[in-house]
Amino acid sequence: MTDLPPFTSVNLLTGFLGSGKTTLLKRLLADPSLADAAVLINEFGETGLDHHLVERIDENMVLLQSGCVCCTVRGELADAIRDLLSKRDRGIVPPFRRLVIESTGLADPFPVLSTLKADPVLRHHFKAGSVITTVDAVNGMRSLDTYLESNRQAAVADRIVVTKTDLVPDTERLIERLRRINPDCAIIDVRDPALSVDALLADDGCSRGNQSQSASGFYCEESLDVTDAEGNPHSARFRSFSISVDRPVDWTAFGIWLTMLINRHGEQVLRVKGILNIAGEERPVAIHGVQHLVHPPVHMEAWPSEDRRSHVVFIVDGLDPGLIKRSFEAFTLVKRAADGGPRREARDEEPMMVGIGG
Amino acid sequence: MCSLCGILGGNEHWADAVARPGIYTRNTERLDRRRERVNRVNAANRVLSCFALSLSDWQGSSYVIANRTGKSEMIEDLGHLWPAAEKMTGRPLDPLDLALIARMEAMCDD
Repeated sequence: MTDLPPFTSVNLLTGFLGSGKTTLLKRLLADPSLADAAVLINEFGETGLDHHLVERIDENMVLLQSGCVCCTVRGELADAIRDLLSKRDRGIVPPFRRLVIESTGLADPFPVLSTLKADPVLRHHFKAGSVITTVDAVNGMRSLDTYLESNRQAAVADRIVVTKTDLVPDTERLIERLRRINPDCAIIDVRDPALSVDALLADDGCSRGNQSQSASGFYCEESLDVTDAEGNPHSARFRSFSISVDRPVDWTAFGIWLTMLINRHGEQVLRVKGILNIAGEERPVAIHGVQHLVHPPVHMEAWPSEDRRSHVVFIVDGLDPGLIKRSFEAFTLVKRAADGGPRREARDEEPMMVGIGG
Repeated sequence: MCSLCGILGGNEHWADAVARPGIYTRNTERLDRRRERVNRVNAANRVLSCFALSLSDWQGSSYVIANRTGKSEMIEDLGHLWPAAEKMTGRPLDPLDLALIARMEAMCDD
């Protein structure tokens, strides 16, 4: 066996119907640096047009048999990836180092990521890499207005590629809108010469410990309401905002709080991503979650700048940013007096239970 | 078994990640691991006390969540804590509930 990495990166390529996923994939696959990648394509419906558009169909490619990825998440997708893994181990397919999954246009990307985490075999061999979302410059605004999936795809992206920009003179409004949905994401024009396989598929900070997880930095200090094409508030009430705090975060309490938040509001917490100043740690810790799935926290090698504050970016659907901030501070920050003493527990005689009996 | 997805074979919770390069975890040494479990039980009890529930460590491998009538349930990791707590109290436990936030703030200020 060649020196395969312990965890094979899985990149998810998503985007609304007709937004140019396959065109982008075709372009990426032409790059020699993707020669050692396996590709999984999801066929939507029976015609399998996508299949004919991608040229590089070889033994590395497995077509899912039916339906969309989101409905067959633990069945066919997991089976297809396990099958690839098994063939790689047996030397039937070349030893791929990366897997790219192209999802259907209607898929919510989350179940694909959750499959990697939940499947008892896959989670020991694969790790989620960057999520790339294509947004079509011609129809992007309309699909963002109309389809929740389109917003979710933009919200979970690590990279957004704006396609068909040669057909539209002005993409500023679309880009501004995408920024509001996902402020901490690189947005790339498909015609940009800098668009390369490395730039798109490189694992960002959620899997690398030596730098800040975002080159773009956190510049979303204020809560941004996401608006539709006419500037009206979006019906789904998507918002992105960031919380910055001076006091160190108690890691244990943070774990309790985030699991509690995700248990109750996981569907609405589309994204949580941040860098934490943990009490008792010299180096920062990066966290990254998508809905119910939180990636293993990354211990970064150094602070990206002089700023030692914790910053957490949230992208939420219908939750109140003010409440989340207040809750975060009440649950997770170490005591202001910094005396290190244990905090007092609530007095036993006044639980918040609904009264039982007299 | 993961209570959320029904998959057998255990589920690595992010707050309990297996120690490996680049990943932040307090699971490295035996003593660190035990210390963190004690801290976690204390931190969870600060919140759970608001709902008349309590958590305790069980043999360093699981946790037991209990209410005051003695009803108790074993849970494997943090991912199961809140679903179990909600089942026991019979209502949603919401960290964005204003009354709960006020209680937590009061504990911080003491």
